[in-house]
Amino acid sequence: MRILVDGLIVYFPYDYIYPEQYAYMLELKRTLDAKGHCLLEMPSGTGKTATLLSLIVAYMIENPHVIRKLIYCSRTVPEIEKVIAELQNLMEYYEKHAPEKPNLTGLVLSSRKNMCIHPDVCREKDGKVVDAKCYGMTASYVRERQQYDESQQVCQYFEGFSAEGKESHLPNGVYNLDDLKEYGRMRNWCPYFLARYAIVNAQVIVYSYYYLLDPKVADVVSKELIKESVVVCDEAHNIDNVCVDSMSVRINKRVIERGTQALGTLEKLVQEMKEDDQQRLQDEYAKMVQGLRDAYQARETDKMLANPVLPDDILQEAVPGNIRHADHFLGFLNRFIAYLKTRLRVQHVVQESPAGFLKDIHSKVCIDRKPLRFCAERLQSLLRTLEITDLTDYGGLTVITHFATLVSTYTQGFTIIIEPFDDKTPTVSNPILYFSCLDSSIAMRPIFRRFQSVVITSGTLSPMDMYPKILDFDPVVMSSFTMTLSRPCLLPMVVTRGNDQVAISSKFESREDTAVTRNYGQLLVETAKIVPDGIVCFFTSYLYLESVVASWYDQGIIDTLLKYKLLFIETQDAAETSYALMNYVKACDCGRGAVLLAVARGKVSEGVDFDHHLGRAVLMFGIPYVYTQSRILKARLEYLRDQFQIKENDFLTFDALRHAAQCVGRAIRGKTDYGIMIFADKRFARQDKRGKLPKWIQEYLTDNYVNLSTEEAMQLAKIWLRQMAQPFSREDQLGLSLLTVEQLKSNEKQIIEKHLKPQTI
Amino acid sequence: MAQKKVEDVLLQIPQVRYKKSDGTLYIMKERVVFMLENKDQIAVSHSFYDIKMQKISPEGKPKIQLQLVLQDGGNSTFHFVNKNGTQHQMHDRERVKELIQSILPNFKRKIDTELEQKNKLLTENPKLLQLYKDLVISKVITSEEFWTIHGKDLQNIQNVSSKQEIGVSGNFLTEIKPINDGCNQFKYNLTPEVIESVFRAYPAVKKKHAEHVPNKLTESEFWTKFFQSHYFHRDRITTGMKDLFAECGKMDESMLKKDIKKSNDPLLNLSKFGDNTIEEGFCSSSLVDNKIDNAGNIVHQNIIKRFNQHSFLILKTCKEQQKNSEANPITDEQQDKKNNSIEGSNKRQKNVDNEVVPIQTEEERNEQVQKKKMRIAEKIHYDDLGNDLTQQNKDMSTVTNINLDKLERYLYGPMPSNENSFVNSNKYKVAPIDVVDMTIRKNTSEWSQRVTHKQLINPTAAVNALGELSPGGVLMSGYHDHNLSQFVPTEVEKELNNLYLSAGELLHEFWLCFPPITPELEMKLLKMHDTIQRFNSSKIKPFEDRIIRDLSPLGSQLVSHINLLIDTAFRKFSSWKEKKVGKVK
Repeated sequence: MRILVDGLIVYFPYDYIYPEQYAYMLELKRTLDAKGHCLLEMPSGTGKTATLLSLIVAYMIENPHVIRKLIYCSRTVPEIEKVIAELQNLMEYYEKHAPEKPNLTGLVLSSRKNMCIHPDVCREKDGKVVDAKCYGMTASYVRERQQYDESQQVCQYFEGFSAEGKESHLPNGVYNLDDLKEYGRMRNWCPYFLARYAIVNAQVIVYSYYYLLDPKVADVVSKELIKESVVVCDEAHNIDNVCVDSMSVRINKRVIERGTQALGTLEKLVQEMKEDDQQRLQDEYAKMVQGLRDAYQARETDKMLANPVLPDDILQEAVPGNIRHADHFLGFLNRFIAYLKTRLRVQHVVQESPAGFLKDIHSKVCIDRKPLRFCAERLQSLLRTLEITDLTDYGGLTVITHFATLVSTYTQGFTIIIEPFDDKTPTVSNPILYFSCLDSSIAMRPIFRRFQSVVITSGTLSPMDMYPKILDFDPVVMSSFTMTLSRPCLLPMVVTRGNDQVAISSKFESREDTAVTRNYGQLLVETAKIVPDGIVCFFTSYLYLESVVASWYDQGIIDTLLKYKLLFIETQDAAETSYALMNYVKACDCGRGAVLLAVARGKVSEGVDFDHHLGRAVLMFGIPYVYTQSRILKARLEYLRDQFQIKENDFLTFDALRHAAQCVGRAIRGKTDYGIMIFADKRFARQDKRGKLPKWIQEYLTDNYVNLSTEEAMQLAKIWLRQMAQPFSREDQLGLSLLTVEQLKSNEKQIIEKHLKPQTI
Repeated sequence: MAQKKVEDVLLQIPQVRYKKSDGTLYIMKERVVFMLENKDQIAVSHSFYDIKMQKISPEGKPKIQLQLVLQDGGNSTFHFVNKNGTQHQMHDRERVKELIQSILPNFKRKIDTELEQKNKLLTENPKLLQLYKDLVISKVITSEEFWTIHGKDLQNIQNVSSKQEIGVSGNFLTEIKPINDGCNQFKYNLTPEVIESVFRAYPAVKKKHAEHVPNKLTESEFWTKFFQSHYFHRDRITTGMKDLFAECGKMDESMLKKDIKKSNDPLLNLSKFGDNTIEEGFCSSSLVDNKIDNAGNIVHQNIIKRFNQHSFLILKTCKEQQKNSEANPITDEQQDKKNNSIEGSNKRQKNVDNEVVPIQTEEERNEQVQKKKMRIAEKIHYDDLGNDLTQQNKDMSTVTNINLDKLERYLYGPMPSNENSFVNSNKYKVAPIDVVDMTIRKNTSEWSQRVTHKQLINPTAAVNALGELSPGGVLMSGYHDHNLSQFVPTEVEKELNNLYLSAGELLHEFWLCFPPITPELEMKLLKMHDTIQRFNSSKIKPFEDRIIRDLSPLGSQLVSHINLLIDTAFRKFSSWKEKKVGKVK
């Protein structure tokens, strides 16, 4: 349909539109007009992606000088592929209905392992190995060597691309991963580098957060993106964790070992080169003396990881004298690693600030701050000088140099924690040094500064006022949309007690109580009895899941459950879990019905949709608080309290509830879908928890649904299921929760009032 | 001889002695044959139908023998005399034994099942039973003829029963509840259904059973061991190699691993969700999560694994059923062979180890890409926003219909048994529910239109017209209400009913022969004519005589119609015969 959104002609690739989609477009348009950032929450499964794409694309076509690029970031590879499929859908619609086809290129960028077409390399399963093999065939010195040494293997696709592809433009169109691969095969061009080049000119880029947020990746991939871009962070409820993770490093014994090993090899290589080809090392040294930071002009293929610190924080100086010589640098690293080893040999937990660490390292092994800051880059330069082709062995060393650079660059917002053993196994020595970022705004700030508009959106962002604080930005628009429904297609309930009136809760004190686990089990069995097809249950942690399943087995609950549905359980092995998931889907498809037990914060809860019959009911057993005894978490909470005045408890509840909402939200997709959401913990009934759930769930969680026993909940569910099973046609929805163009025109004011005014803050 | 040569030889064992003469033992598809050495002559030939069971000489005896016990009580003993020693003799015998063991059940069941089927058909179908009594027992036709006529019914029943297997229940293992009899003993009640379920869900147990049961363990010993094993009690960890089922666990595990490796769903493969490949030392690496705490309880993890596996296996039985019900069922073995050959042709697969994905051909790749595209399109599709036609079409094609034996019972719950005949008669083909539903909807939609828009006749007028047409009404003035049934005793009525049934059946077959174009049809026509004549003289005539005697005014009236039917048939037959004779002349 062709609609007018605040004066902008938008092609929407469907014949009908949800009112909230229209409202979303209005808010989005306001943001783009103001050239600011925004925070938008819209229920999962109301067509967020299609809405975003159609509005922004329309805006780009109308105002090509205001917005020139859309950078769409999402979380997982399947999600990325869905986005690009939606874009293809939209372009098809434009082709059919718009007066002229827009000149637009959209493409997806993913890691090499998903894009490689080299017959040998692409068979590797491990992404790191693919990267290393690719590097081994495409690095500039490898290709140079090939000039005189025929036996040196190079990648024909990259050669093809560098010979003809760099100058040519990718024809307009939308390319998903398979399209790019196909195009690459046809032209004999490397799809990965083709995409890397093409994103500079493409109007729409779809990729993972990491390519933008993680400075060591972003500087390689996203360096040349222009300011007049809109960045969309979809599924952004976890974005603060992504930011924090991208700046953090974790060093355990294995990393140190691998680092030491790599250092040994490097020393040997330098020695050999000294005898062979003194000249090259001399050159490198000479260039560094001249003040060139990097002895070689880096080609696109030579750079695997960039400096881990943000571009603004990189020192624009010459490499300090004491690490210019290769020998000196290796000696320097040797000392640094030795120092780390002694630090890891602690008996008790140590927590210190980066400044304290720097002071200590200075006093113990006389390492200054400045050379440390250059460590990461200096190592890259050395690896290039030595013309090393297989980078897999140097992973550990890379991690250590990155740590050196990070710790010497940032003194604020980071902490160092050294744990001699895991809390659960105090007898097993497993020392780990965490260099942890506490402030998610550090990684996010450059994005907000660099790009004109950043849209942060997800199905579950409530409570929304938290995000501007922890990400430190000023949104021009901050809105939460509810779902207009012509039938109540979601049934959220809070079950607080079992049939025996024992309160159910996953809180620590009552966690081991058999009465609680039994009641949880009964709740599940009762649900399995009345709910058709698939049921998904989420536990607060994997350990809890394990112990509950074991006690259910002892109590015979599993046996009764098996009478009704098949049972699949998430395990810690990703491959096994994937297989369980596939079978779960199969069981639901073939009508047997199944129960899936999964973990909130686990991989299943983050990336898999349980739409329609795959999830007719979702049970959340307990409140998924993060493991509160973790020292990293404690440090972060402290930091948040001191810097942003966020109370510890507020943050914990916020974090727990966004995960709970994320889990239950997986079940609903679209208004024809329906699902039961059971929050099984008495603490959910309290207003401070309930009030933090997304608006679209809260709206249906009225007082009569918040304090139920198992039996009462089942009664309500039965009635509701019967109601949902009635035929539901488009006519039932039209005018209420689904609009045609005409209805949209006539109801415009109403929609604006209903959706925008009360919730805009 | 010629026919036997055509048969496939499944196994050929030379150096076998039978009644002191050396020769070769052949196992064919349908029989066991012993041929004397140097003579092209068959000494012994037993069809598998005739073999009741086989016996083997106990271990330790000097002679390695195998005895076939026949249904009629006779037996033949074969002595294995491989020159390479007892080891080989044993080996020869094992091969023979295993093969016969695998073949024999097929034949036994065939006979039994056929009889059973016939019996079932007759008991479930009183009409057919009556017919059978009238025609076969009174020797109007032979039973073979009867079954060739009604073979269709039989086949239908067979089809239904073979097509529709009962699935494996999720909790079949827990349904076997031990009964404690109070003196430190547990009793398990096993039904054939449960055993069947165990075998189907756990092929490893089936294999063990086949290996061990008649010769090493008795049936009950085997199941006792099963219940004692860790394999049954899922929370126990493998204790040692002593357990009979320790191997089963391993087999299951390796199968699971293979399946996991084979599975490749682009949208559900969690390990491929992450899109960065940096070192695990960086916290943002997608590999970090792999190595979280392994501190959990190993017993608990084991149980979880078992539950998953149990569900996988049960789900697998569903898939196998679907496979079997397809037009050309492929046995597992064949499939394995197929897979092997594919693997063989794909040599690269062999030398790469498990970390590497096999190379795909262009077609495979395209197919995969298409599939993935479809999946994603499905995922991003909104039923209510866009048009959902494609979606529905697809659903229709993939839905498998339940094929119901008794549709009414499914729709309305238990029905009185006299309805059976209606459902069973094969004229009423059981339509899939959705088709029935659709036709009804279609019809009723027309009705409502008619009622609301163009009423044909108003209700009162209709009732009046009906009144006029019933006895006593104006239009029925010439009609005298005289009902035959009021004067006929029920026994006679019943007998007449049966007569009609049988006669109808025969006449039906008779008229089916026209026009008799082929010689077979002519043959059949002649035979049917004879049969009807016989039926007429042995059944109808006596009945007619008796009735004329007992119920004098009504007698002729009662049988006049049936006589007319038979006379017509005879007339047709004689006219055809005349024509034929004329033609010949």
